Amino acid sequence: MAYPYAHPREVRVLSKYFGDKDAIGIDGWIERGGYTALKGVFEKSPDEVIEVVKESGLRGRGGAGFPAGLKWSFMPKDGDRPNYLACNADESEPGTFKDREIMRWTPHQLIEGIIICSYAIRASHAYIYIRGEFVDVVRVLNGAVVEAYERGYLGENIQGSGFNLDLTVHLGAGAYIAGEETGLLNSLEGRRAEPRIKPPFPAQQGAFGMPTTVNNVETLAAVPHIMENGADWYRQWGTEKSPGTKLFSCCGHLQRPGNYEVPLDFSLKELVFDLCGGPPEGRQLKALIPGGSSVPIMTLDEIDCDCTYEGIEAAGSFLGSGGLIAMDDSTCIVHAVRKMVEFYAHESCGQCTNCREGTSWLAKILRRIERGDGREEDLPLLLDVGSNMVGKTICPLSDSAAVPVVSSIQKFEDEYLAHIRDGSCTAAR
Amino acid sequence: MSDGMHPAIVSGQPSQSDENNPDAPLFEGEYKDRFDKILSRYPDKRAALLPVLSMAQELRGWLSPETIGRVAELLDLTSAYARSVASFYTMYQLHPVGKYLIQVCTGIGCDLCGAEGVVEGLLEATKTRIGETSEDGKYTIVEVECLGGCGFPAMVQVNDKIYENVQAKDVEGLLKELD
Ligand SMILES: Cc1cc2nc3c(=O)[nH]c(=O)nc-3n(C[C@H](O)[C@H](O)[C@H](O)COP(=O)(O)O)c2cc1C
Ligand code: SF4
Ligand code: FES
Repeated sequence: MAYPYAHPREVRVLSKYFGDKDAIGIDGWIERGGYTALKGVFEKSPDEVIEVVKESGLRGRGGAGFPAGLKWSFMPKDGDRPNYLACNADESEPGTFKDREIMRWTPHQLIEGIIICSYAIRASHAYIYIRGEFVDVVRVLNGAVVEAYERGYLGENIQGSGFNLDLTVHLGAGAYIAGEETGLLNSLEGRRAEPRIKPPFPAQQGAFGMPTTVNNVETLAAVPHIMENGADWYRQWGTEKSPGTKLFSCCGHLQRPGNYEVPLDFSLKELVFDLCGGPPEGRQLKALIPGGSSVPIMTLDEIDCDCTYEGIEAAGSFLGSGGLIAMDDSTCIVHAVRKMVEFYAHESCGQCTNCREGTSWLAKILRRIERGDGREEDLPLLLDVGSNMVGKTICPLSDSAAVPVVSSIQKFEDEYLAHIRDGSCTAAR
Repeated sequence: MSDGMHPAIVSGQPSQSDENNPDAPLFEGEYKDRFDKILSRYPDKRAALLPVLSMAQELRGWLSPETIGRVAELLDLTSAYARSVASFYTMYQLHPVGKYLIQVCTGIGCDLCGAEGVVEGLLEATKTRIGETSEDGKYTIVEVECLGGCGFPAMVQVNDKIYENVQAKDVEGLLKELD
């Protein structure tokens, strides 16, 4: 089963039941082996659970790749203040649509991960912060949460373990920046989703001033499998630094767009050309963004690498969220970059001058280049503005906006110059 | 807890339903029940602001200054504070919109795959401009950025429904389905 496409070369751990309607409800999920990891988890101490997750090498799938077990180990263990878990289901990085599929096909997979994480970090209340636009997904998730309560997987004394956990589905209301973990916490508290200055980190002072772990949906969904099968089992895939499998959301100019799950050491090129079928008939692939719109654009000759964090970084970009955007030779790079930058300009929360002003200037300059009104000095100007946006702000949204601009000017300067000098676009449209 | 919705899932949803009433009371009946349950899920009242604003919009279709003020009052917040929060989030409609709010994703994934044509088709068919409500009060068309389904372009959201793989040729059928 798969949705909408499957490929025999995939390794389906998280996505095994995507497309299988009968896996959505709790009975179907239990028939398929769901909730079996819990028993073993409750026989371990919370610290032993953290140890297994640490050994597995699971890294955060929300974009930054921080080791999950290590993050959990920062949570205080004495318990005189409540600890919280916030599951980041805000998924709004353009090009990324994997968490949505996890939640709409296998909501109980996520809930089981949340129970295990909460047990390990000694949280008694977990929140799923889900973006408000996910209307249909919310309906599925809500149904699953109620089922889990009814069947004693949530609430008091879960499965006779003595562990209590409440889970609340909290809807966002449209703000990309609420996906940044401290923006998320502010939003959860009923504030504008403005990122906070770190430190303090969420594990010290998170939601409502209390210690909080923030993890992405895909990160948490991997946890039941690791607890059930062990760290070594998980490490059969990938590399020392990037173990396991990962979902890649593939969109843009592809024959078979969709989510594909592969071991992290899978070839990026084969993911694009074999699994996704490459660009549409008669077209050439021109550029690839491997990890959501905030990572550097790659050219065709750069994508001969594996999909690991370190492999993609060595090739000049980042794995990020695993949102892969393919552009064929009909794409105007200036237009595509302008679209991405306008997104960040719109979503900047406005706290930092460099980000607030920088994003709108980048967008403005790109618009005039695209129209054919650009000037020769605009390219150095874009690079200058961009360089003042990196590493200078409260959160990395500012960097995200500069990255596509800078990398595309480095790699597709000709196309910018054609717009500026001839007022025309060289894309094969 | 035995009646009504489970407190874990009572949060309002920030998109309007097809049937909404700008004068609906804040809050009575099942909505009052949900309001109380929302409060029970957070250590303070402020945290209920988004779930409750969303519920108000679900009910009334948009958030007028009066609506926001009433929500603020219910949560012991000032209305200036509640307005500053409401205006931060794009799904809150601070002006009335048509019966069907049609949001077309023009983010990079959908843009590469024909979203522009969908927007043009919708504007033409409804004789409106972006953000304007059609004369009959039925449609408001807006562009949004990435609805989180980039592999199914173009993604379109109409009130609380999602449509995947919408292309210019599907516009006519989509509008017909709404009627
Ligand atoms: C601007 C911005 C937007 C982000 N959006 C998301 C998001 O939508 N979902 C997500 O899981 N992480 C997002 N992140 C990453 C989070 O800040 C955080 O690192 C992540 O949720 C931690 O979970 P993980 O360790 O399991 O990946 C974003 C970060 C930034 C800077
Ligand atoms: S970098 Fe941009 S989005 Fe991030 S806190 Fe500063 S202004 Fe807000
Ligand atoms: S770009 Fe349209 S859904 Fe992501």
